[in-house]
Amino acid sequence: MNLRKKMVLALYILFLLVPIYWLLNMSFKSNTEILGGLTFWPQDFTLANYKVIFTDPSWYEGYLNSLYYVCLNTVISLTVALPAAYAFSRYRFLGDKHLFFWLLTNRMAPPAVFLLPFFQLYSSIGLFDTHIAVALAHCLFSVPLAVWILEGFMSGVPKEIDETAYIDGYSFPKFFVKIFIPLIGSGIGVTAFFCFMFSWVELLLARTLTSVNAKPIVAVMTRTVSASGIDWGVLAAAGVLTILPGMLVIWFVRNHVAKGFALGRV
Amino acid sequence: MNKVHNNKAWWLVLPVFLLVAFSAIVPMMTVVNYSVQDIFDPSTRIFVGFDWYKQVLQDPRLHDSLLRQFIYSGCVLLIEIPLGIAIALTMPTKGRWASLCLIVMAIPLLIPWNVVGTIWQIFGRADIGLLGWSLNEAGIDYNYASNTMDAWVTVLVMDVWHWTSLVALLCYSGLRAIPDVYYQAARIDRASAWAVFRHIQLPKMKSVLLIAVLLRFMDSFMIYTEPFVLTGGGPGNATTFLSQTLTKMAIGQFDLGPAAAFSLVYFLIILLLSWLFYTAMTHADKNR
Repeated sequence: MNLRKKMVLALYILFLLVPIYWLLNMSFKSNTEILGGLTFWPQDFTLANYKVIFTDPSWYEGYLNSLYYVCLNTVISLTVALPAAYAFSRYRFLGDKHLFFWLLTNRMAPPAVFLLPFFQLYSSIGLFDTHIAVALAHCLFSVPLAVWILEGFMSGVPKEIDETAYIDGYSFPKFFVKIFIPLIGSGIGVTAFFCFMFSWVELLLARTLTSVNAKPIVAVMTRTVSASGIDWGVLAAAGVLTILPGMLVIWFVRNHVAKGFALGRV
Repeated sequence: MNKVHNNKAWWLVLPVFLLVAFSAIVPMMTVVNYSVQDIFDPSTRIFVGFDWYKQVLQDPRLHDSLLRQFIYSGCVLLIEIPLGIAIALTMPTKGRWASLCLIVMAIPLLIPWNVVGTIWQIFGRADIGLLGWSLNEAGIDYNYASNTMDAWVTVLVMDVWHWTSLVALLCYSGLRAIPDVYYQAARIDRASAWAVFRHIQLPKMKSVLLIAVLLRFMDSFMIYTEPFVLTGGGPGNATTFLSQTLTKMAIGQFDLGPAAAFSLVYFLIILLLSWLFYTAMTHADKNR
């Protein structure tokens, strides 16, 4: 690899990291220092901003709420998507191609379109402001995504394995759980990661479907804006804390990330 | 893989179908229902036919935000696709550096969208942000909150920051799928770097590039959170895109009828474009 290529890559990585460095830098400063002037490193290093978040229930409960509905969403999506992806990868059936395209359109549907009807649907069945409502709403895009990614991984498993297992006397459920699922373990991991991620980064639906009990962290963050101005330090600290979960889980799926983003189509 | 024809497979798909139908078809029917009625309160509603559609289609707000949306999505594609390809070509192929690159590049993709907005909001401010401060120190009068051009550039740069990695990661995995034999053959033929790119790398990246274009187009077409946090749609309406116009109408002013009609028009545009992309994708698969 020549020097010019390295320079381009280094510049790009720098471009990616500088805004994050600035956020991190700011989260360790007091508000007086932030507004007082530009410093490239916290002169007066403080953890006070993080302390606010970890001691105030309305802050840390936001994180717990988010994690709760995100995990719920991941579990629901995987449970329903596994058999469906198997069906798509192994069988042809009436309307399969149309169904597949229909699933894709849901991934492409703008959440803004569903805002109002979702609000009324979940209010009318008494699920407004519950974690399950947000989890179900996020299924709109996470289930199609899960089916697509899993189907990509499952198509890579030779069909002879299924046939051999049936000849050996395995029933379908037993074969599926005991043999097939372990075979596509990495695929399931990647799918779980993507369901987690897309549910974690979404704001619009999560904010609309909750008010108090299930309020997600992304909505709590708007609290830092008050009459006396914006509490920049706490806002930055809250931002840093929302980046952490993604960074923790990405390590495990680093080699499959691209395949997941390509909806299993690489 | 040759698949067996078996309609019993429907039983396996049924849970997905029911779940997605619950989240997609029921709300969609509600929208259709609203779009043809004038609703004063839950008990007083009048059927108005296609009036809302006529009103919405002539609404200058829709025209303006639709135009802005197309310009924005066009700019996003024009910048991110070539840049993503270029970055993918420079990435190391194996070893620790490759893993590190992948992880660093994936970071922006994993940040909640409103936090992306917040990061750039802080970063771009002239008083407390590194970018805004440096630009102003360099003698450029930069303020994304009051200057239309600056707001546009900031929103675009933010999108490039947020999503170029996706294009790069996709192209990277496409490049990894090229066997070494191809490169060896090219070396024997003394092919130039451009010829290698044009005749080996680009054709092999075609399918992933289609996915990248599809995803980037769709996601930029329904962008809401990031500009909402960064500029709030301003200055004026300069960065108010389709989703935001719609949300203002539905939640802000509670104009259910026009908002519903607007939603359906918006959804139909997206549906038409996805269908075009999907057909292109499946065609590319067939010709491979």
